[in-house]
Amino acid sequence: MHIVFEKRNSVSRKAILLVPTVSFLVSLILTGILLIIFKTNPFTTYSSMFIGAFGSWTNFTETLVKAIPLMLTGVGVGLAFKLRFWNIGAEGQLVFGGVAATWVALFWSPFLPSWLVLPTALVMGSLAGGLWAGIPAVLKVGLKVDETLVSLMLNYVAILLAQGLYYGAWIDPKGMGFPGTKLFPKAAWLPRFSGRAHIGLFIALILGVIMWLVLNRTRWGFEIKMVGQNPRAARVMGVKIGKSIITAILISGAFSGLAGSFEVTAISHRLQQGLSLGYGYTAIIVAWMAQLNPIASLFVAVLMAGLLVGGDQVQMMMGLPSAMGIVLEGMILFPMLAGSLFTDYRLKFITKSRSREAAV
Amino acid sequence: MIALITSILAITLRAGTSLIYATIGEIYTERSGILNLGLEGMMLLGAVSAFATVYYTGSLLLALLVAALTGMILSALHAFLSITMRANQVVSGLSITLFGSGFASFLGQRLGPASNGHYLIGLVGKKFTPFDIPGLSKIPVLGAVFSQDILTYIVFLIIPVAWFYMYKTKNGLNLRAVGESPQTADAMGINIAKTRYIYTILGGTLVALGGAHLSLSYAPGWTDNITGGRGWIVIALVIFSMWNPSRAIWGALLFGGINAIQFRLQATGTTISAPLLNMLPYLVTIIVLVLMTWVETLNKKVGAPAALAVPYMRGEK
Repeated sequence: MHIVFEKRNSVSRKAILLVPTVSFLVSLILTGILLIIFKTNPFTTYSSMFIGAFGSWTNFTETLVKAIPLMLTGVGVGLAFKLRFWNIGAEGQLVFGGVAATWVALFWSPFLPSWLVLPTALVMGSLAGGLWAGIPAVLKVGLKVDETLVSLMLNYVAILLAQGLYYGAWIDPKGMGFPGTKLFPKAAWLPRFSGRAHIGLFIALILGVIMWLVLNRTRWGFEIKMVGQNPRAARVMGVKIGKSIITAILISGAFSGLAGSFEVTAISHRLQQGLSLGYGYTAIIVAWMAQLNPIASLFVAVLMAGLLVGGDQVQMMMGLPSAMGIVLEGMILFPMLAGSLFTDYRLKFITKSRSREAAV
Repeated sequence: MIALITSILAITLRAGTSLIYATIGEIYTERSGILNLGLEGMMLLGAVSAFATVYYTGSLLLALLVAALTGMILSALHAFLSITMRANQVVSGLSITLFGSGFASFLGQRLGPASNGHYLIGLVGKKFTPFDIPGLSKIPVLGAVFSQDILTYIVFLIIPVAWFYMYKTKNGLNLRAVGESPQTADAMGINIAKTRYIYTILGGTLVALGGAHLSLSYAPGWTDNITGGRGWIVIALVIFSMWNPSRAIWGALLFGGINAIQFRLQATGTTISAPLLNMLPYLVTIIVLVLMTWVETLNKKVGAPAALAVPYMRGEK
């Protein structure tokens, strides 16, 4: 008897929920072993992480603060991945969006009616994020340049550009050399509803649901899925592949750009160090764990944000490195990937005689 | 002026060394048809494990071995996911990078001595030091080539060996066949999965050694993100070298050269802002990539192995 893999016609429904859940548990166990090696009790660590992230309303608002950018970047990255366009530049798109929003908040506000400052900053931030993602998209469609590398390299460029601005041209003259721009005028502040949690949360939730509807209930969404799964069939059906890729990636980047605009208008109220916290990379984990489903991404974003906040908590309380949360997140994808074999394939046990038949 | 050129050449080679190790490693991996985007993570873990080892044992050799082992484990994981489990290779590689960078910074805050708050950052360990090759190092300008540390001298050996193995031996032929047309190779009796495992792990070992070079020689010690995107630049360098080990040196010299010029300019004090200067390697990578792709399209010649990143299953197209 031996085992063969048979490709499933459709992805197993049961496995879709099971695989991420089991993956998360496996990651907890693996990290737990690691903690034991470092002579730390995994149970107390996990429980203080959990309390740190979800234990009280105040803590939960901090989790939401991190969940908002993860929701937006996760949904954006997920859209790109649906097309098999490996946009790993969400970090740069977020930062560039934040830079554009800062530009509006600092330099356009004197010329705009005050009610228009914030919307303009958010729109410009989204446009900038889209533009930044548009560079690898156009290079890919026009010249077949590898999008993975271009989008990633642009992360470094955007981060350094932001640095150049808040250390140089845009530095606050009254900041006594502190690297950062001056505080935004109040008109450019995005309202908070509790602690640092801001109304960007509701915008992110609504956008996630809209993205799901567009992908599953519109012709455009259908085309996007087809371009990703079977570009040949899509071409035969008259889909303009290049155009759909560029449009989708502009939108993907706009989501991250909006996330960056929220960070500067709601959290820091200025452009400074700490805009790039790695949300754009964690977004890859969010999107993949949510199996590229926008609504699932919203929930996974909260979980991942919880791990990040929990990681900060155990650093303060137990002196463990804050990278703890990132290690946990990084481990989740391995069992996920291994498990994908079971969502796409079916295990079949064949006896000797039948296997000979199969070989013919 | 001569002294300036000599010193730039010396730094170029030093900065290029880790890139060459990693580029040749990734060329071998990709030639077997496996795309490993986990380089950045493997280099980081290679660097941190090497530095921690040398800090505690004082043995540079042991540090290299530990780094090599780290690279083997991580690339074996990538091989398992992409070959046995047929996972998406892009995502598997990305996971290794995400996990590797997180875990490396975790270790950097945990493996250090209690006196340093368990941090590795800021500690000093043994490092590889340059030594002159008698006679040759006295040649004007080019003498810089013969005044390096042992890791760079090894690179001078690895390049021709890697080229010879790939193009002049039976194993090299098999390796290229597996990456170009696994169906044909399978029919010829080559074990596809085994070949891919071997070269993915060999490649990962070299990549991690490239990381170790950073923490043991180029920038001795440990800092978070010591690689600064080199793992990604290397993936571009593989394309730049058209998957040929003998050409790996040009890309590495180009990027090593950029590092050297940055270094010189920053040392002498310049009016160009530091962030702008630091953008250079990343912008050049994009430009090089666009040019290479453009040239390939013009010549109608694709350098990439035809089966790159395509999982192989007998009887399935």
